[in-house]
Amino acid sequence: MSQNKSLLQLRGISKIFSKGTIDEVTALDNIKLDVNAEDYITIIGSNGAGKTTLLNVIGGVFPPERGGKVIISGNDITGFSEYKHAIYVGRVYQDPHIGTAARMTVEENLAMAVLRGQPRGLRPATNKQRRELFRSALAPLSLGLEDRLNAQVGTLSSGQRQAVALVMATISKPALLLLDEHTANLDPRTAQLVLDLTEVIVQREKMTTIMVTHNMELALRYGNRLIMMHEGKIVVDLNQKQRAGLTIDDLIVAFEQASGRRFIEDNILLRR
Amino acid sequence: MLDIAGSVLSFSFYEGLVFGLVAIGVYLTLRVLAFPDLTVDGSYTLGGATTAVLIVNGVHPVPATLAAIGVGLGAGLVTGVLNTKLRLPALLAGILMMVGLYSINLRIMGGANLSLLRQVTAFDKVAEVLGLSHGSIVVSITVAIAIAVVVFFILNWFLRTEIGLALRATGDNEQMVRSLGVDTDKNVLMGCAISNGLVGLAGAVVAQGQGFADVGMGIGMIVMGLASVIIGEALFRPRGVARLMLAAIGGAFCYRLFITIALRLGMAPGDLKLITAVLVVIALAVPFIRKKLRHEWIPPAVRW
Repeated sequence: MSQNKSLLQLRGISKIFSKGTIDEVTALDNIKLDVNAEDYITIIGSNGAGKTTLLNVIGGVFPPERGGKVIISGNDITGFSEYKHAIYVGRVYQDPHIGTAARMTVEENLAMAVLRGQPRGLRPATNKQRRELFRSALAPLSLGLEDRLNAQVGTLSSGQRQAVALVMATISKPALLLLDEHTANLDPRTAQLVLDLTEVIVQREKMTTIMVTHNMELALRYGNRLIMMHEGKIVVDLNQKQRAGLTIDDLIVAFEQASGRRFIEDNILLRR
Repeated sequence: MLDIAGSVLSFSFYEGLVFGLVAIGVYLTLRVLAFPDLTVDGSYTLGGATTAVLIVNGVHPVPATLAAIGVGLGAGLVTGVLNTKLRLPALLAGILMMVGLYSINLRIMGGANLSLLRQVTAFDKVAEVLGLSHGSIVVSITVAIAIAVVVFFILNWFLRTEIGLALRATGDNEQMVRSLGVDTDKNVLMGCAISNGLVGLAGAVVAQGQGFADVGMGIGMIVMGLASVIIGEALFRPRGVARLMLAAIGGAFCYRLFITIALRLGMAPGDLKLITAVLVVIALAVPFIRKKLRHEWIPPAVRW
């Protein structure tokens, strides 16, 4: 694999739901996307633009339509099962309940996560060394979770669970991190905490990251590249230079020019 | 009086340990995997029938008993395949297996039952080694304790390994486990197989203990396993893998004790099913009522 090749290559990615019925929806329409290593991309778009569908294709929840290709770190993983995509892709969901197992302890959850991409064997799932690793991964959250390794995750608050989910998605340092509106369900203070933490981890591990959000301000504040989606297409793609100094109003203008639609229609959905 | 109490207790202890295997099997599918597996009624008889046929055909009772684990594993594997590969609902997959195994069990035994009278069983072998009389309750309890202890320690170790942890997590949050790179289908297959392997083993032990295998011996076994798990949870309120398994065995003991006492008190055997049903309802209702009185939040009922 040559050095300048992108970490994630999407080629001709389409997704059509309820094919051949009157409910047929084209959720993704021939998407081409190259994500460079250490890119931090924010994706914005109204409901139904195809943001989450795109993440689902990258994460392997379902394959793209025939002809599409998903290539990560030079490996063509198109059509592989979700658990094989997971070797390369860590993901934090909007709902903290999806990212963590409620009836298991913090330690057991992290022990599951630390083995991403490695064969699981008949060794004890936790040991002193791993517990130390878990403590040092949890300590920067300042939530005191490093002292609550044996607490059942179900007894934690949503914010704490989402913080654990973020650590779980990143602890094994997957090639790509997907954030699917991962702070949308949290109160503003906790959301900020989780966002700060995300920033710390992404910077420290130099993680290649794609964050989907409804929030234009977040999309501008974080990352080095901004993508807008509309009706299954990428309509705006701004690199760090183009993005610098942009305001939300500039984004709205860019969106209107690219989609040929008055932004006002989507104003409620694309919350400011 | 004391004699009767002693014999009732020791017999229930033996039965509690043997049916504790079924209870642990049900615990593995229902609680660990969240997979309501009804294969149990069929795989229990399958274990008993297989061992009986092998012993009648001159096979040493120990490999004959181990074979019961093997066929049980196989039955569980098929249930798992029906669910994960053909996407049949778990309940339906189990029911179909239970029904299908009935015919298979008849074929295996070549009839509705098979006597082990005048055959050398695992119990006889142990009696020989211990120098005790055949049919002594001490022998039965020794066999049962040995098996239960081995099963408990193996599972207690296995469920704490990396593979075992992934198995447990699958029942808790399958989506999360997949997103961490684990093939959850494989875990469902493994869990169903281990569970029914244990149930097959229990059938093999019971067939040898009672001296026959019968095509109807597994009927109601799933309910008994469920009752044991639920009674164990209600009585001991366990937390953690080891205690949950011990609670399942304890629940099986309490259940068998209750049934034995009911029989001694002159209840008709036909009424036992009703008693079982009422027992399960009570065991499930007690935690509910307790929470209600404390004004705690109660999750809505599960509808599989």
